[in-house]
Amino acid sequence: MNAPMTRLSGGFAHPAHDSARGFRAILSAMARPGTIGQMQGGQGPAPISDAAATVLLVLCDRTTPLYLAPSHDTPELRDWIAFHCSAPLVAPGDAGFALGDWAALQPLDRFAIGTPEYPDRAATLIVDNHDFDAPAQNLRGPGIKDRARLALPEVEPFTANHAHFPLGWDAIFTAGARIAALPRSTEVF
Amino acid sequence: MSDYNFAYLDEDTKRMIRRAILKGIAVPGYQVPFASREMPMPYGWGTGGVQITAATLVPQDVLKVIDQGADDTTNAVSIRKFFQKTAGVEVTERTTEATVIQTRHRIPETPLTGDQILVYQVPIPEPMRFLEPRETETRRIHALADYGLMQVRLYEDIARHGEIATSYAYPVEVAGRYVMDPSPIPKFDNPKLDDCPAIQLFGAGREQRIYALPPHTGVRSLDFDDHPFTASKADHACAICGSGTSYLDEVITDDDGGRMFVCSDTDYCARRAEGVQ
Repeated sequence: MNAPMTRLSGGFAHPAHDSARGFRAILSAMARPGTIGQMQGGQGPAPISDAAATVLLVLCDRTTPLYLAPSHDTPELRDWIAFHCSAPLVAPGDAGFALGDWAALQPLDRFAIGTPEYPDRAATLIVDNHDFDAPAQNLRGPGIKDRARLALPEVEPFTANHAHFPLGWDAIFTAGARIAALPRSTEVF
Repeated sequence: MSDYNFAYLDEDTKRMIRRAILKGIAVPGYQVPFASREMPMPYGWGTGGVQITAATLVPQDVLKVIDQGADDTTNAVSIRKFFQKTAGVEVTERTTEATVIQTRHRIPETPLTGDQILVYQVPIPEPMRFLEPRETETRRIHALADYGLMQVRLYEDIARHGEIATSYAYPVEVAGRYVMDPSPIPKFDNPKLDDCPAIQLFGAGREQRIYALPPHTGVRSLDFDDHPFTASKADHACAICGSGTSYLDEVITDDDGGRMFVCSDTDYCARRAEGVQ
């Protein structure tokens, strides 16, 4: 039924509208840590999820250095990214965005956390194929009324990252068509 | 509609603005530099807000634009028409019907909801700018959270006038970290910034800065223990709807000193007036 995945397929049917909707889903996830949203429109070759592919289409272009962790560093995905985003593929330390499974993204201290003068110059980690059924942790901070909960692969890296605030990386979790986010401002407890 | 890309800006520009907005959300109150574009309107007319709105709108949005609380002033009408033409979105004057509200210098009286995004037009995003003109220095002030200069300014207000005389663009502290300029809203509106369920985005076009408040962010107006912050307004009731709690504009009605006080928020006032009659 579905046409076979090629490096040319899987882009947005209507780039302006689809990226606008995609951005609102990412904005909603980042502004309300712990809430899980739906994210569709992009489709890349395995192992990338539709949600992560959509995040790349919405946010990445030739101006955003991207690191592909070993889990996602396949020739097919490289070709797909080259055609749809043209994002230059770089080493972890130079990356504005990093894409991979949680285990493949380790160690996290390789990623930019910004500088005191420019905390925005920090990496955004796209943690793909996230296990949304993992044990949920308590969250508090900006974007959260009282308390929220979200499944996280580990706790310690997020508390350590938050301790650097206003420095730190920001994480987007994707799996299938689901998306959630955990900015550095969120405290995991 | 085929004459413009959706919401006027090209996709590269929108992506760049979207990335800046997300970093702004991740570091509430921090001013993210962005490559502001020339817009088909002059600086000072809300080019920063317009660029954020353009990067945020989806085709299903219902847009409201206010200038000093009013839907029917030149600036508001122009921007509303701009997005009607370039994005084809539905527009409204009703606060409760809007999903995206672009504002110049007011927060609507009607409480916002979690389904809404409030976009502010900001002239000077740097709260310390009139105290310290050098960008390198203000950047260091924010890096070190060294905000003593601002407390001194407020103290000098008290020493000179007996109270903090700053009545608009009143500085706030966001989530216990960054001091932020809430744009030139009257200080009457400052309490509405705190714990607001809507996403609040701030855009300064000429100054090329974007900053943000996620929902339910703690926002505290700077003050002193013995001179606590007070949200003030003209001590009158609205001459049209009779509201004693909304922010009022003073309107001169003749050459003999005649004047009246009316709600600055035209939608709030009109709905109340309808209800009264």
